[in-house]
Amino acid sequence: MKISGWGRYPVADAHVYAPRNLDELIARVAAGQAIARGNGRAYGDSAISETNTIPMRHFNRICSFDNQTGQVVAEAGVLLGDIIKAFLPRGWFPYVTPGTKFVTLGGMVAADVHGKNHHKDGSFRTCVDWIDLIDASGQVKRCARDENTDLFEWTLGGMGLTGVIVRVALRLRPVETGWIRQQTHVAENLDQAIDLFESTLDATYSVAWIDCLQRGDGLGRSLVMLGEHAQKTNLDRSVRHSPLVVLEKSKKTVPFDFPGWSLNRWSVQAFNALYFWNGKRKPRDTLVDWDSYFYPLDAILGWNKIYGRKGFAQFQCVIPLEQSRAGLRALLDAISKAGSGSFLSVLKRFGAQDSPFSFPTEGYTLALDFPVTKETLTLMQHLDEITLAHGGRFYLAKDSRMSRETLAQSDPRLPAFVANRQASRADPTFQSVQSVRLGL
Amino acid sequence: MITGPVLILGAKSDIAMAIAHRFAKEGYAIQLAARNAQALEAERADLALRYDVDVTLHDFDALATDSHAAFVDGLDPLPQIAACAVGYMGEQGQNEQETEAAVTVMRSNYEGPASILGILANKMEARGSGTLIGISSVAGDRGRATNYIYGSAKAGFTAFLSGLRNRLAKKGVHVVTVLPGFVATKMTQGMDLPAKLTADPSEVGQAVFQATTRGRDVIYVRKIWFVIMMIIRNIPEKIFKKVKI
Repeated sequence: MKISGWGRYPVADAHVYAPRNLDELIARVAAGQAIARGNGRAYGDSAISETNTIPMRHFNRICSFDNQTGQVVAEAGVLLGDIIKAFLPRGWFPYVTPGTKFVTLGGMVAADVHGKNHHKDGSFRTCVDWIDLIDASGQVKRCARDENTDLFEWTLGGMGLTGVIVRVALRLRPVETGWIRQQTHVAENLDQAIDLFESTLDATYSVAWIDCLQRGDGLGRSLVMLGEHAQKTNLDRSVRHSPLVVLEKSKKTVPFDFPGWSLNRWSVQAFNALYFWNGKRKPRDTLVDWDSYFYPLDAILGWNKIYGRKGFAQFQCVIPLEQSRAGLRALLDAISKAGSGSFLSVLKRFGAQDSPFSFPTEGYTLALDFPVTKETLTLMQHLDEITLAHGGRFYLAKDSRMSRETLAQSDPRLPAFVANRQASRADPTFQSVQSVRLGL
Repeated sequence: MITGPVLILGAKSDIAMAIAHRFAKEGYAIQLAARNAQALEAERADLALRYDVDVTLHDFDALATDSHAAFVDGLDPLPQIAACAVGYMGEQGQNEQETEAAVTVMRSNYEGPASILGILANKMEARGSGTLIGISSVAGDRGRATNYIYGSAKAGFTAFLSGLRNRLAKKGVHVVTVLPGFVATKMTQGMDLPAKLTADPSEVGQAVFQATTRGRDVIYVRKIWFVIMMIIRNIPEKIFKKVKI
């Protein structure tokens, strides 16, 4: 059947079979060239194998919960949103969360996802106690920091190329409420935005929206948004009696493919409205519920259709700290000059991280959406070059179009990853369209 | 208003688990009944953890009808709601040629379910309250060459539910007949089913929950099946016997 990632580009004709139990799953792995697929939220071709794509939707049970430590054990196909639904009412929230709750735990491990608290708490691996993995030999192996250590380390951020993750033990964070105190600061340009990030490193959450249409003095004009988990005493009387209630919001669904130009016009208008509104007043706390704060786009089911039939591509890189200002300026300059494509992008400060193959490293990460056109594909190649020139690297969970040369130049850890895969026979047992494209 | 547990018979099926999830979400305690119920431990833990409800496992064999009375006596408390998702399609070709196979299909879809619901009905009637839910099939609306062994047993079950409803209507016990149409489950895995006519198990769970709370009698999970079956039922036999359908 024809499948694609969340960006709906590229589309591949793939053999897809969803095993129902461990024996069936192990048999699928034995068939080789296998890649596990969670909820299909990687943007490109990370979770597609033309010969052997393995949806993990039948591995969707929560196995245990320890209300002293906050440790949940669950099968890899469980959605993050289900974890929140089950445990937020009991006072627990994910320790690290990406920008959508429609990801599976297995996918979160494979991409070693990060959230708005990376500068403080690191990537998802921080809260992973152990994983069970089917390796190339077809055996289920418990991997942790003190057991099958290498396999554990390579698997976090390993894009499913070390084996199939079947079970994950993760620790949640105790919270008093399901609300976030948000503070929005206006930055007139890139330097101000970076200064704001650097002076607020103690904030739990921080992220910026950048208006990519600005040039010159206004280049990098942005809204920097900080967040803290609210205490009960921060809440209005109207919600204080049920601070942990999981609201079931009405979801809007995008019913059909929009023409390719529409989303960005809206998002920039929304940005401008917020920007000018915030610029006129002193930053102060506003209370935002967890769903709107962490997952604004989840409220629009199928928002990926907004980009039209041809789909869209994400570009996300990280530039090391010492090169960040120069690198980001060059990237934003190229984007605003191109004038087409991404109008709004997300900027985030990463904290220090040293891991075998995970994406984050200390510095600044920039994420952009582009509708797929000849022009934007060319622009993204240009952005690749700028990133390389500033010592940066790329997020594989977002990638759908990079060249293997670019990846090889960006990441000195690549040869070790590849050698490890070959030595453990993970290659060719586990392969995705992306791993073949990139020579992983 | 939550007044008692929901018993799920034939709990290993996808439809059964979807119904269990839907009721557990509302805070109902769940009793999962199936052959070798211990194999459902992972499902039990999952339901209990997700919804913070009590979930118990009960050994139940739909074909061992002489054990049904004791099984019901062993339920503590007697469920407020019981849903029977027991069913077995078999393979039509084999069912035609091997009596043994055909009888298993007939017993799995009619005799077993009718036996257990009959016993539960009597207990609920004595108590004066309860809901019985039978998962029947559109295949029971008219016998067709491609699956009439299964269909005939489901037809019997549908008639049984109808009669039971008629009998208990004034006794405080409600009976729901569910006709799911195509559902993407283990049973239909590998079949080439049209997407517009095929429901996800969770849709069945939702439809069953709504029918229970709203007091509906007979439901087709996707409304289109009501129309399709109306047409199929009304084709004159002279023509029907010659069409491949």
